[in-house]
Amino acid sequence: MFDYSAEFEAITSAYEQSGGDASVFSDKESASLVVSGNKILASNSIPGIKIEDEETETGARARVIVEPGIQIASPVHLCFGVIPKEGLQEIFSEFEIGEGANVSFVAHCSFPNALRVRHLMEAKVNVGQGAKMTYSETHFHGQKGGTVVMPRTEVKVATGGLFCNQFRLVTGSVGRLDLDLTAELGEKAVCDLEAKVYGKREDKIRLKESIYLNGAWSRGLVKSRIVVSERAQSEVLGEVIGNGPHTRGHVDCLEIVQGNEAQAKAVPLLQVVDETAKLTHEAAVGSVDKKQVQTLMARGLTETEAVETVVRGLLR
Amino acid sequence: MLQIENIHLNFNGNPILNGINLQISKGEIHGILGANGTGKSTLAYVLMGLEGYRTTSGRIIFGNEDITSLPLSDRARRGITLAWQEPARFEGLTVTEYLSLSRTKGGGSLSPGVCLEQVGLSPSVYLNRLVDQALSGGERKRIELASVLAMRPKLAILDEPDSGIDALSLDQVMEVIRSLAKGGSSVVLITHHEQVALIADRASSLCAGMILKTASPEEVARFFRNHCRECPHINRPEEELIGNV
Ligand SMILES: Nc1ncnc2c1ncn2[C@@H]1O[C@H](COP(=O)(O)OP(=O)(O)OP(=O)(O)O)[C@@H](O)[C@H]1O
Ligand SMILES: [Mg+2]
Repeated sequence: MFDYSAEFEAITSAYEQSGGDASVFSDKESASLVVSGNKILASNSIPGIKIEDEETETGARARVIVEPGIQIASPVHLCFGVIPKEGLQEIFSEFEIGEGANVSFVAHCSFPNALRVRHLMEAKVNVGQGAKMTYSETHFHGQKGGTVVMPRTEVKVATGGLFCNQFRLVTGSVGRLDLDLTAELGEKAVCDLEAKVYGKREDKIRLKESIYLNGAWSRGLVKSRIVVSERAQSEVLGEVIGNGPHTRGHVDCLEIVQGNEAQAKAVPLLQVVDETAKLTHEAAVGSVDKKQVQTLMARGLTETEAVETVVRGLLR
Repeated sequence: MLQIENIHLNFNGNPILNGINLQISKGEIHGILGANGTGKSTLAYVLMGLEGYRTTSGRIIFGNEDITSLPLSDRARRGITLAWQEPARFEGLTVTEYLSLSRTKGGGSLSPGVCLEQVGLSPSVYLNRLVDQALSGGERKRIELASVLAMRPKLAILDEPDSGIDALSLDQVMEVIRSLAKGGSSVVLITHHEQVALIADRASSLCAGMILKTASPEEVARFFRNHCRECPHINRPEEELIGNV
């Protein structure tokens, strides 16, 4: 017999460790979904936001439908994770954001004890005309580096829509992270992607984020801040493709390598198809900026404290 | 307090500092005037002990201690600090955090809010802002000055604290520098503004990494005006001016 309440207790306490406030899951005014392993522990729809879900053998399926024009001040809370040392969690999700709606999602993914855990996520996102969606996902991992995290996200943003994505994985050691996100933008649509990752131990990190600026006047930003230490490796592929006229795109990638054994690679790709598109990029890979460190040292910090301060700021 | 004895520094075989001698006493504001590229910032970095700015010869005595071979953080711990000509920007670091990092040597720290007020920035507006690219040049310079204040340094090296500051606020910046000195800090004040140099107790004119003259700020400003303003040989001082200290 599966003990739902013990499991709920475990996942929400992991959620709190990663900085979340678990009381949101008993708040009937907020939409929320809690999935631990392949068990749906809580699911709450509210007027205007419907969550349809079902358990599968290896995880869950969820469909989140936000009605047109809905403006929700408090975010939709999502909590995923695997509590035991071993396990698999596959989440298939769909997000339908109706025309003119404005909604934000706060997702936490916790794997506090992982030794051999796989977390696969396949998401399809449709942001309707003039709608705004913000999705912020924070990961919480134990120190053993025993997780494979593979999010696959396909986003379509209709005319005048906005999609903002923030991905943070800075606590613990993940193991392997392979994130792939593709966004296709309609006319005057905007897409802002931001990823912050701290790789430790033997972590292997790969981020591939692509924005297709298809509609005229659409704009996209791919921003990443990665720090790799010990023997961690990172590879960041940021792409913007200017298919439509007057589109603007920017790739901003900063990777900090700490120590002799960590490695980082940045591959920004800009492709102009329409001649009025304007795409730019800045990529910096290397150690922490010397001037920043020396500035803090001139205020009395040791070099180690200064580097930590700079890194903490970057990953915030 | 600070004694600089015959310091030299070369970059790729090119002499940048050419035997600088200078003495600055406790609570003294010492102005440094000089055209672009004459070595003012380099002198500032050498005094602070930044990496890559080790003198080829000469000595720096601070208090009664020879600090010539002390690294940056040891000098900071002795109460020396530097406000950069173009201060660094930090992602994700708030003004409050930045100002709180300053370690005072002898207790009695100043709160971030008080330091901001002194440089003319409203704490309610700025305490929660980030010290990143979004700050204007002048705002960033003032925050740099505020962080020097927060440290209550024994020696403040200010590299053009007035550049990028609007004319109306210049008086305020000058007042801050005066208050630093009144609190017992010695100040090396690098500036291009004659008006600002005049708050110094003494001043020196720098050319080609040499000090051509040390005197009252009025005299040095006059000297600078007469000899350097339309100087056809910046960084190649006329023979008769060298050694005219
Ligand atoms: N790292 C370096 N490598 C080589 N040359 C340098 C280096 N730093 C400074 N210099 C040279 O040393 C000289 C003095 O530079 P410095 O920055 O000290 O001038 P400055 O007096 O502060 O000028 P400004 O008024 O423009 O700030 C210049 O000619 C400069 O090009
Ligand atoms: Mg300079």
